[in-house]
Amino acid sequence: MPKRVLLGLLLACGLTAPTLAQEPKTGGVINAVIQPEPPGLMLAMVQNGPVQMVSGNIFEGLLRYSPKLEPQPELAESWSVSEDAKTYTFKLRKGVTWHDGKPFTAADVLFSVEMLKQTHARARNNLAQVDKVEAPDDYTVVFTLKQPFGPFLGIFEVGSMPMVPKHLYEGTDWKTNPYNNAPVGTGPFMFREWQKGSFIRLVKNPNYHEKGKPYLDEIYWQIIPDAAARSVAYETGKVDVLPGGSVENFDVPRLSKLKDTCVTGAGWEFFSPLAWLWLNNRQGPLADKRVRQAIMYAIDRDFAKDVIWNGLGKVATGPSASTIKYYTDDVKKYPYDPAKAKALLKEAGYKGEKIRLLPLAYGETWQRWGEAVKQNLQDVGMNIETIATDVAGGNQKIGDWDYDIAFTYLYQYGDPALGVGRNYISSAIAKGQMFNNVEGYSNPEIDKLFADGAVATPDSKRKEIYEKAQKILVEDVPVAWMLELQFPTIMRCKVKNLITTGIGVNDGFKDAWLDK
Amino acid sequence: MLSFIAQRVLKGVIVLLAIVVLNFFLIRLAPGDPAVVMAGEAGASDQIFVNQLREKFGLDKPLPEQLFIYVKGVVTLDLGFSFRQQAPVAKLIGERLPATLLLTLTAFAISLALGILFGTFAARFAGTFLDTAITVFALIFYAMPIFWVALMGILLFSVTMDWLPSFGYETVGANLTGFSHAVDVAKHLIMPAMTLGLFFMATYTRMTRASMLEVKRLDFVKTARAKGLSDAVIQRRHVLRNALLPVVTLAGVHSGTLIGGAVITETVFAWPGIGRLMYDALLQRDYNLLLGVFVICSAMVLIFNLITDLVYRLVDPRIEFAS
Repeated sequence: MPKRVLLGLLLACGLTAPTLAQEPKTGGVINAVIQPEPPGLMLAMVQNGPVQMVSGNIFEGLLRYSPKLEPQPELAESWSVSEDAKTYTFKLRKGVTWHDGKPFTAADVLFSVEMLKQTHARARNNLAQVDKVEAPDDYTVVFTLKQPFGPFLGIFEVGSMPMVPKHLYEGTDWKTNPYNNAPVGTGPFMFREWQKGSFIRLVKNPNYHEKGKPYLDEIYWQIIPDAAARSVAYETGKVDVLPGGSVENFDVPRLSKLKDTCVTGAGWEFFSPLAWLWLNNRQGPLADKRVRQAIMYAIDRDFAKDVIWNGLGKVATGPSASTIKYYTDDVKKYPYDPAKAKALLKEAGYKGEKIRLLPLAYGETWQRWGEAVKQNLQDVGMNIETIATDVAGGNQKIGDWDYDIAFTYLYQYGDPALGVGRNYISSAIAKGQMFNNVEGYSNPEIDKLFADGAVATPDSKRKEIYEKAQKILVEDVPVAWMLELQFPTIMRCKVKNLITTGIGVNDGFKDAWLDK
Repeated sequence: MLSFIAQRVLKGVIVLLAIVVLNFFLIRLAPGDPAVVMAGEAGASDQIFVNQLREKFGLDKPLPEQLFIYVKGVVTLDLGFSFRQQAPVAKLIGERLPATLLLTLTAFAISLALGILFGTFAARFAGTFLDTAITVFALIFYAMPIFWVALMGILLFSVTMDWLPSFGYETVGANLTGFSHAVDVAKHLIMPAMTLGLFFMATYTRMTRASMLEVKRLDFVKTARAKGLSDAVIQRRHVLRNALLPVVTLAGVHSGTLIGGAVITETVFAWPGIGRLMYDALLQRDYNLLLGVFVICSAMVLIFNLITDLVYRLVDPRIEFAS
């Protein structure tokens, strides 16, 4: 194989292509909503959505990703891959400083890798293929892998692998380090103030390494716990940006029609949230493939998309979202067909055994969806009992496999090896944990395909493997795939360039500006 | 009186400790493990991560040992550490308590003052249009759920009329100080305090009215009238004062309910108090923080009840403190 050099083309300029029509203006303040309140802002210690959204402005990763999930430079200005696809060399930007003025060097990268292996579950899994990390000089970092790992370049965005200041964390108790609540990063904005329960204030980093950026002076993240109150805050002009998922879905069409309001569904390509129903494959009627297929036929997913999600999103065809690599729709199809569902249930010998359905306690939209699915399943003769819990209780039930059908949605992180395989391979069956193979599906062929797919080269080989895996899974229906979710970001039209990458608002506001 | 107070404080401390122990077990009865919640929020979970978190929370220790550590902490005024929020519980509560006190005490004062005033008017003019109007409004406010009143208030006063801010404690980013800051906070306070106070105001109105009508029929009122006292004096010194006892009792009981109502009000109006802190801690199974808020709220209820007992004596000097 010829030496593949995936040179970082310094595409930061290219990323902002849509702005070329208008010259960015500097200055101004953006008020955005954050919900729920982040538990902390140290991205290496906590990684829930709100933390990423705020801290994506403070911290940075080595790379970011375009909407097509191509790697782009961030703290690494270029990178190359060896011929055997086992050595990745990153050249770091020079002249980058932490917010306290200390220089950012390769030593910080090495420290971050070691810390994240202990504090960041996803990073630990992503780094499992790494044999060693070395720093030949202050601005070069070399990752040597145990074997080729296809999605390796996809693990370096800020939420997956944030860079941590070695000089502030080395030798300290990480979990009680005072910088956890006053974080110091290299990002375009610096932490200034956090009034718990009210707001988080970030201010422009005047020494940011991309000259001229950021354009904004300040960002206020307003903490408003009630969904209706968040809508009102936007309507009354108190906030300018409602990141995806901030308001109930049924409020989106109404808010979208407000004066000077712009809406975009972009910025979720990397995460590609996919909603499905966990089906407990271990016991009862759901252990029979025909019953699981009947569930796919029984549920009117177009209705869910059009009515419950107000036309947002896309009906899922299988385990991969259409926005991630190696997706194929050349799989068995499950249109809404109650008659076929009834026939399959009859064939499987289903006799009205009680089936427990666990909706997701994420608000009104999910509650309504739970009711619609229950109705669909009852219509084909299934005996459904809804179990009401809060999020914590629901998570525990799912992790303990104490359910029959349960709603969920998960991120896919751009590559089947990072965000799909974990839900179907038998080595990911582990009681007490969520987000792995909690349905208990076990198929040696699938295990082998995902194992091979992660390390196969070239890309065409990976494609072939993952397409085959998708076909088998869609036939077996280990879980019932529902929708590729879309969480539109609602904002004032004067806010320009808010979303420029596939990571969306989680990637920071460094390109955003206000057309005052 | 001092020995009465000392005795009540001692009893209060014992009750508080019993509440701590009870809550400690109640919280752990709820399904949902804090380590699993945090792992869930991280978007990934493996056994190493969950075990790390359980160790951090001290959840890997036997339950009696966890209880001993917690009670020992409470006795030494250490409410523990919130690992989710990465800060001491006392600090987190301390940051939020003033906002809740401001909200609940304002709501309490408004509801008590207006409730007694309207109740007195209704009783004084019993059977008239004024009485009917007050009774009907009191019934409406009594029946309406707090969250609905809150949303309607926002719709009317924020969205439609643009008179009052719809959320928060102050105007973020305005950097106001002194009197202008106080005015700004007051503007933000009006809707949440009224929302929280309306239900209680309705209750006190109805209670004052009923109680006054009952007292009015008693012999000593007739005697006062026979002595030739003016109507105003009779109403104020004889009827109202005697009629207030059940209202004071109810107000004491309501101190706990007010904090419960604050959870909803603070959530809808994004008021940064401990009601919301408690709600978030509950959803996230942040045991130490939740227990800490419970301890503070229980202490507040006990203090309110002690104050109620003392107020009894002021309202009715015939009541003696049994020691």
